[in-house]
Amino acid sequence: MRHVLFGRVIACMIITGIVNCSAACGTAGPGAGSADTVHVWALTDPQNEPLIQAGIDDFNETSRVKLELTTYVNDAYKQKLQVSMGSPNAPDVFFNWGGGNLSQFVQADQVVDLTDALRQEPSVASSFIPSILSAGKINGKQYALPMNGMQPVILFYNRKVFSNAGLQPPKTFDDLLRLVSAFKARDVIPIALAGSQGWTELMYLEYLLDRIGGPDKFASITAGSVGAWRDAAVLKALRMTQDLAERGAFGATFSSVNYDNTGASKLLATGKAAMHLMGSWEYSSQLGNNPDFVNGGELGWVPFPAVPTGTGDPTNAVGNPSNYFSISSGSKHIDVATDFLLNTMSSVSHVTRLVDSGQVPAVKGIETQLAGTSNGEFTTFTYRLVSDAPSFTQSWDQALSPSLSSELLTNLQKLFLAQITPEEFVTTLEKAK
Amino acid sequence: MTGALRNTTKRSAQPGFIWAAPATLLFATFGLVPILVVGYLSLTSWNGLGTPEWVGLDNWRALPNDPDVGGSIGTTLLLTALCWMLQTPLSLLLGVWAAGPQRSRAILSTIFFVPLLLSTAAITLTWLSLLDPNYGLAAALGPFVGVPDGNFLGSPDRALYAVAFVIAWQFVPFHTLLYQTAVRGIPRSLYESAKLDGARTISQFFTITLPMLRHTFIASSVLMIVGSLTYFESILLLTGGGPGTSTRVLPLHMYIKGFVGFDMGYASVLAVLLVVVGTVLSVVIVRSTGYHRMTSQREGMR
Repeated sequence: MRHVLFGRVIACMIITGIVNCSAACGTAGPGAGSADTVHVWALTDPQNEPLIQAGIDDFNETSRVKLELTTYVNDAYKQKLQVSMGSPNAPDVFFNWGGGNLSQFVQADQVVDLTDALRQEPSVASSFIPSILSAGKINGKQYALPMNGMQPVILFYNRKVFSNAGLQPPKTFDDLLRLVSAFKARDVIPIALAGSQGWTELMYLEYLLDRIGGPDKFASITAGSVGAWRDAAVLKALRMTQDLAERGAFGATFSSVNYDNTGASKLLATGKAAMHLMGSWEYSSQLGNNPDFVNGGELGWVPFPAVPTGTGDPTNAVGNPSNYFSISSGSKHIDVATDFLLNTMSSVSHVTRLVDSGQVPAVKGIETQLAGTSNGEFTTFTYRLVSDAPSFTQSWDQALSPSLSSELLTNLQKLFLAQITPEEFVTTLEKAK
Repeated sequence: MTGALRNTTKRSAQPGFIWAAPATLLFATFGLVPILVVGYLSLTSWNGLGTPEWVGLDNWRALPNDPDVGGSIGTTLLLTALCWMLQTPLSLLLGVWAAGPQRSRAILSTIFFVPLLLSTAAITLTWLSLLDPNYGLAAALGPFVGVPDGNFLGSPDRALYAVAFVIAWQFVPFHTLLYQTAVRGIPRSLYESAKLDGARTISQFFTITLPMLRHTFIASSVLMIVGSLTYFESILLLTGGGPGTSTRVLPLHMYIKGFVGFDMGYASVLAVLLVVVGTVLSVVIVRSTGYHRMTSQREGMR
């Protein structure tokens, strides 16, 4: 998600290659190397790549069959994986997002069921936070294990802008609405929103539906239940979302703002905007791009405000539970790959590496370890937010099928621009497959 | 002797099949085969995983029910028209101007051709930053063109014009080059005799330059119109088809269905549609302008 724009550039470059290639060529490719290697595919990512490699190096020291890591850029990766799965060039272990993305592969019988293997080593499954582990479950069976940090969506705010205005961060949705009017009057954009990309807008709908109707409402949407979209809670969440946009909560030009070129983050850091609802990766992004803002203690964070009239638990969280590793069923070394996942993903060394890289692993009982790091205050907050949450709803665009989520994001942009009503939104999505 | 001569003439007028073979082979491999595969895929349901599943005409039946397809065709046509109307006069005038022998014109046109050397992605990302309403030039210059908040790419009404502008910035130099070369190819003697007849610069432009540029005009228009059916990367990078679907042209709609939604079957339907529209359009242009007859503009000239 973070690397969408860069990914698009790459996608443009390779798209012709893929179209021409998918029909005819089928040789070459990294997967076609020696049969005695376990190929691990992951994203090109400066934060995760070294620690995955370190885990692989540790494993290779004792393993007869060696593991080999290949990485790809985000959007290119999705396409590459889609094309190669089920072919002789498929990777043995592959990075995925859980949910709808993984479910497609499971339905095509291309993923190894890890349930039995986990039953034999109960300590592995019990070491993960259950709500995070469950996003790797499809139809009650475990197909994936969390491989990096949790990324819940958090309401970030600029402490200086708030203290200058003499205001407090919101606890309830009504607080938020009052803050919107207050900041508008002071000529500050109340909430920064990278509205040129639908996934940033989705976060409001995700949280509002959870606060209004609880996690079951979205669960029935994922299950494809009849009338799930037309539920009163969904319509109410859509109306509240659209109302926020119409009140000018996101400023007049939100639909021009882009997340990938750090447009929205810069609005918050420079004090042009007061708040920003974003995944926890926003912290490391701010730390990288605006270190003074973070180190000067101006970046604040709170959970998404409660909706007192709603039935959802205000401590529930929404976001990207984690990224996952799964094993493809065509692999010649399922046993080695399983061994690697079970022994590495919850191991002390892997968890320590994740913590050291500034992430919050989905593993129980690491609070003291987190508190000792340089960003301890934030990582401990993230950890508590998720581990205390009765439910963690996965980002909808990852939980739903790719075709449905692309329809969802398009129509959400239209909703924010008041081009369609909540009723029209629901009608369109009911028809989408 | 005469017989042998006639024979040679005949052979050079109608070259054998062997001459066309390499081109035919290339076209068949990279043109026809993919089109046939796409035609087949349009009759299947396939998400890129496993084997495509035959579904007959299901994807084609879904076409009228797709709320975005009509809009994206409309957007494509509007963008095509905008691009043509914006680029043609600009590149024609610039081309005629740049064809002049003056040193200053040569220097300025060299600078002006720089966009030709840049990649589409580089151009687009630069404009994306410039058009940022908070930190780009858009905030400063917006008020002068009646957009006080500088919201170009984020406004459903203005985004397409902004896209057409960026595309024009990229392609006007290329078409200028076409016109410049063509103007330089016009025989001097035509202007000299016009001058003797007392024609002034303006009337020389309308009675000699413009008519002599007819073929270039058609070639450049065909390139623009057929090319604008495939504008893709600049829009993907600038707006991603948004806000909403305001700038979602047909090729982008196809990309989003195919490579974001992984509905390859339906995306193939859109691809077939694009091939048909593109072919019809270029046939219509070539027929209606008489370009295929390739008549000479130099009758009686030496």
